[in-house]
Amino acid sequence: MNNADKKRLLREMLFARRFEERCYEAYVERKIGGFLHLYPGQEACCFGVMEAARPGHDYVITGYRDHVHAIKCGADPKEVMAELYGKETGSSKGRGGSMHIFDVKHRFMGGYALVGGPFPLAAGMAKAIKLKGGDEIAICFLGDAANNQGTFHEALNMASVWKLPVLYVCENNLYGIGTRIDRSTAVTDQYKRVAAYDIPAAQVDGQDIETVYEAAKVAVEHVRSGKGPYFLELMTYRYRGHSMSDSNAYRSKDEEKEWANRDPIYILRDRLIEAGELSEDEYKAMDKTIIDEIENEVIKFAEESPEPPVEELEKYVLAENDPWVHGGVK
Amino acid sequence: MAEMMFWEAVRRAHDEEMARDPLVIAMGEDIGVAGGTYKATQGLWDKYGPERVIDTPISENGFTGLGIGASFLGVRPIIEIMSVNFAWLAMDQIFNTAAKVRYMSGGQLEAPVVIRSPGGCAHQLGAQHSARMEKVFMGVAGLRVVTPSNPRQAYGLIKSAVRCNDPVFINEHELMYNMKGEVPDGEYFHPLEGSEVAREGKDVTLFGYNVSVHWCLQAAEILSKQHGIEAEVVDLYSLSPLDRKGIVESVSKTHRAVIAEEAEPAVGVGAEVMAILNEECFFELDAAPVRVSAANVPVPYNHGLEKAAIPNAKDVVEAVLSLYGR
Repeated sequence: MNNADKKRLLREMLFARRFEERCYEAYVERKIGGFLHLYPGQEACCFGVMEAARPGHDYVITGYRDHVHAIKCGADPKEVMAELYGKETGSSKGRGGSMHIFDVKHRFMGGYALVGGPFPLAAGMAKAIKLKGGDEIAICFLGDAANNQGTFHEALNMASVWKLPVLYVCENNLYGIGTRIDRSTAVTDQYKRVAAYDIPAAQVDGQDIETVYEAAKVAVEHVRSGKGPYFLELMTYRYRGHSMSDSNAYRSKDEEKEWANRDPIYILRDRLIEAGELSEDEYKAMDKTIIDEIENEVIKFAEESPEPPVEELEKYVLAENDPWVHGGVK
Repeated sequence: MAEMMFWEAVRRAHDEEMARDPLVIAMGEDIGVAGGTYKATQGLWDKYGPERVIDTPISENGFTGLGIGASFLGVRPIIEIMSVNFAWLAMDQIFNTAAKVRYMSGGQLEAPVVIRSPGGCAHQLGAQHSARMEKVFMGVAGLRVVTPSNPRQAYGLIKSAVRCNDPVFINEHELMYNMKGEVPDGEYFHPLEGSEVAREGKDVTLFGYNVSVHWCLQAAEILSKQHGIEAEVVDLYSLSPLDRKGIVESVSKTHRAVIAEEAEPAVGVGAEVMAILNEECFFELDAAPVRVSAANVPVPYNHGLEKAAIPNAKDVVEAVLSLYGR
């Protein structure tokens, strides 16, 4: 990773941070409805892994904390914000919402709201890649709490026994909704659990993007070379509550402060400043440009976009004009 | 037209579709080396190999989800769930993913999977192997539900379902795999929507699907020979969507209706057909429609109790006679 890459990644992570913070404001203003799960604190996980993978080429799937993963894969932030606003121009045409961002043309295969649901879906995409003979891999980003679902065990077992090209990334932010990991999970080191499925695994600091990137390179290389699945555990922390309705009462201020001091954006920023690659002023200017871009382009687009027409309520339930419904073309 | 057994028709549909398209795969418990509990995939493992005829672990939610994920990338999985009772475990992936992904992605992604599973009561299998779950599947938007009553339908429904871009659940019956019937020699694609008139009649319409079509046909013979009543039998092979038009057409002619179902009555096919009759042709009815359904109990093991819980042709005859006050 050279300095130009690092500066680009700093900008991408800062954009993601400001995007999510702006979502928070829009939610408070009641422009965004439903449930909203934000990503601040965990940015180095998504950006570090995807830097080692091929965004737009590899198939990515995740849970409901999905805005940033979609954007990193290539989704237009304007369309993601419009989706949160429920607009027809949204990435899922306003039918999905925050938890269901999709951008299939960039191979972002969706955010899913059932905890653990994507584990077998990712294995299935990997099975399809294998059948079709492509060099893509499937990457599944989920949190630590998803590993207590049956799908984790079922999917990892199948991925291993069939040597499927799938990378499971566990963003271990230490909490499943509001329950701390040691209160819900017998083995808190998640990478240890996959030994049961004979899958190689690693656990690294998820706050330092360079560390994530180096670990992800090994993981991606393993999976892409046909050796089967890999499990990468990234130790991280979310700075906000599980969702907007979460008061964070279950975490100590000391703990929050400790993790705030390990902010992935500041770690990279300070490193670039120390190396003489970036000045404080440049950073501030970058931040201002991003905030302006989000306001003047992203929010403006979402605000001004049309609502989906009510006449199209039943569109997308089933395939349109599928000839096989009527026994094929006569 | 050649006569073949139901399982042979299912197997033939798999074989033809797998020969045509290398992205059609079959998966399920014991379907490969063992050839399938009901022989529906016999010989296919030898012919197409383990990458396309996949013996899965006993992980219903996992392998159903895996098939759905593969379908996102254009693979056409035919997933066999060995017994419909085990489909309860896969409901998360079927309902939360397959049925909803087209809608919640705004039409970007689809899950063209075929999920086949036998259900029904099959002689003393007990409460956890006798579920009739069609009513559960037909209540969810985004999923097609079909249910064959004979080998021709079994063959033609799989052929169409594999090619259709929607997820399709095919409800089969454990007791019907050895049933014989005629299947066209050439390729045949059965519609996934609509209904079929299995027997024409003018006095009363008997609605059945899957195994209950046969009770209705037997009942119609008895009614004709012993009671001078000519019953029309309508085969509701598509449970979602139900054929509103076909249901109304037949009852507008006969003015009487009985619905036969192997399942418990609540929230079922009978309830739904009665609602359609209320909504569409209430004033065509000469008598209130009647349901013939199973007792509302977990299916008992004891032979006599099980028999008492599940309806049959005699119950259909009695229901029709009740419409005439006999």
